[in-house]
Amino acid sequence: MVLGIEDPGVWLAYVLSLACAALCVGYGIIHWNKGLEQPAKPDDDDDEPTGVDL
Amino acid sequence: MDLLTVVLVILYLMLTGYLGYLGYIQTKNATDYLVAGRSAHPAVMALSYGATFISTSAIVGFGGVAANFGMGLLWLTVLNIGVGIFVAFVFLGNPTRRMGHHVDAHTFPELIAKRYDSRFLQVACALIIFCFMPLYAMAVMVGGAEFIGPIFHISYDSALYIFALIVAAYVIAGGLKGVMMTDALQGGIMLVGMIILLVATYGRLGGVTPAHQALGAMHDQVPPFLKAIGHQGWTAMPKFGFAAPQTPMPGAVEYHLWWILVSTIVMGVGIGVLAQPQLIVRFMTVKSKQALNRAVVAGGVFILFMTGVAFTVGALSNVYFAQQETIRCRIVEEAAWLDPGADGKGKLVVLPATADKETLARAKRFVSFRLPDESDEAPLNYVLWTPQMEIERGAEGALDVVRPHLVAALRSAGPGTTLQGNADAIIPAYVRHAMPRWFGILFLLTLLSAAMSTMSSQFHTMGTALGRDVFAKYSQKRGSQSIWVTQLGVVAGIVVALVMGKYVRGNIIALATSIFFGLCASSFLPMLVFGLFWRRMTKPAAVASLLVGFLTSGFWLLFVNGKTAAGLGLCKAWFGKDHLVPAQWSLTWTVVDPLVVALPLSVLTAVVVALVTKPMDPAYVRYVFGGPRPGEDD
Repeated sequence: MVLGIEDPGVWLAYVLSLACAALCVGYGIIHWNKGLEQPAKPDDDDDEPTGVDL
Repeated sequence: MDLLTVVLVILYLMLTGYLGYLGYIQTKNATDYLVAGRSAHPAVMALSYGATFISTSAIVGFGGVAANFGMGLLWLTVLNIGVGIFVAFVFLGNPTRRMGHHVDAHTFPELIAKRYDSRFLQVACALIIFCFMPLYAMAVMVGGAEFIGPIFHISYDSALYIFALIVAAYVIAGGLKGVMMTDALQGGIMLVGMIILLVATYGRLGGVTPAHQALGAMHDQVPPFLKAIGHQGWTAMPKFGFAAPQTPMPGAVEYHLWWILVSTIVMGVGIGVLAQPQLIVRFMTVKSKQALNRAVVAGGVFILFMTGVAFTVGALSNVYFAQQETIRCRIVEEAAWLDPGADGKGKLVVLPATADKETLARAKRFVSFRLPDESDEAPLNYVLWTPQMEIERGAEGALDVVRPHLVAALRSAGPGTTLQGNADAIIPAYVRHAMPRWFGILFLLTLLSAAMSTMSSQFHTMGTALGRDVFAKYSQKRGSQSIWVTQLGVVAGIVVALVMGKYVRGNIIALATSIFFGLCASSFLPMLVFGLFWRRMTKPAAVASLLVGFLTSGFWLLFVNGKTAAGLGLCKAWFGKDHLVPAQWSLTWTVVDPLVVALPLSVLTAVVVALVTKPMDPAYVRYVFGGPRPGEDD
């Protein structure tokens, strides 16, 4: 029994939910400063002012 | 509704309005309107992704489902975080962002169209989104209106209209910048609300382990209608198996719950999230992979506290309702009779005193009452009577006390529901009865935020599907000229969702969400993933995979899946029966989700067709994967 839950099919889900969140936090912290790059400048007319009242 | 609630709600709406206005004044061009200028802050992006992902469907709809089915629903949380955040951000996010920036795509259909150099794919994706996203939007609106109506003492319909109007205003004006900034505010409120809900629930039930043990000990109180389909208690997985062909009842349905839980809810929604157009577009709003890396942290924690809390609290609400609920009220009738219809499965109707003996014999006894703050004109509340119910009549002037000792599903039964109750009403009822008044206000803001953040993105995605992907594609109008059609598209999508929400109620939230997620996964996922990672993937393969995924899903929903086929009614109208599963087949097929069949077929189709068709022009493929543009734009 884990955390008062007998069925491994359920307590495993409970524990894995926490583990997945921890994985996200760990991954994010380790890669916090990686992957910085300059985006390419798009070249079509979508960056032009709309000229309409939005 | 007291003054404090009014003040807080107005304050919340003013803040939302202000952020929508900021979005409006910061929107200078179509890129701002469609992809927030491609410069969203990682925290805003993560909260916006999370708040869009998590709607009232997740909290109210699926929380209610967890109250019925149990904590096995936490597998969906595992997939929500593991697939919906980690896989999505770490593996899909950056290739999507890079390709989206490089080919200058502003919407999901546009990304697909540019990857495969296909106008047909853009319009087909856009039409699927525009035609079916209202189903999901309707589910979200129903979830919000079910909760908000009773609190504000306004009708369900009024709640729907007001809700849609407010969201439409800032989506139309502020575009994706407005949507994402309001999402971030709303995500913050949701986080606070759900953390308090979890702590308060465990606190009330004696702590984590005692609460789970108390829920586990209730396995003998599972209502017969759930036990029949394989429910083994709220802290146990349902019975697993596949009924042998021609198994007589009740054996024919004893594995239904496992397949509903795992194939429809866990897989359908858990995998379906990867192909949600309104989420994919968020990857294209950030500048770099660094922003995605940082967003993973907030995303993972946010989703844990959203679905993890909703499903845990939903299941644990059974302990509260069965063991602790005490209603202080004025009893109107100790024996009010509600009729479930001749077959016992119909919607409950209050019987008049003049009802005939035959109808009275099949009717169920309820206790009708009014809460202290309700006027004599307010509709009566009803609670199912059982021999376990305790009633203490108050002395002169004092309130009566009712202790129903019912599990959540039965507690939610009343006029307008079947005897199986209304799962969509369980979480709102739990918060109203089990939590302090001040939390009711915070939870109201949490649900308002959850609904509005998802609806705003749905409206924006529906609008861009029609404006950018259909109108602009055919009229050759770009930039500012397509925006007013996007805005009209938003209005059209809202109207369709409103009409659906007005007529479809009761146990619909989780089902409608699952249908849309499953449909997106089967139709879009193979061509998106192969498009991002496999250069050999071709245009005909993408088209074939889209058609096979969409048509298989549609066929399964209309003619095979018992619940959707019966609900949609086409099978009955054409073939005179509820589903087309042959009598000599296992009845379990009727609860297998379309995704289980449609997604593998769609993947297989994509691979086979890609391998047998001519590869795409290598220069074009190099271009979409980051190389120089081979010629003129599309």
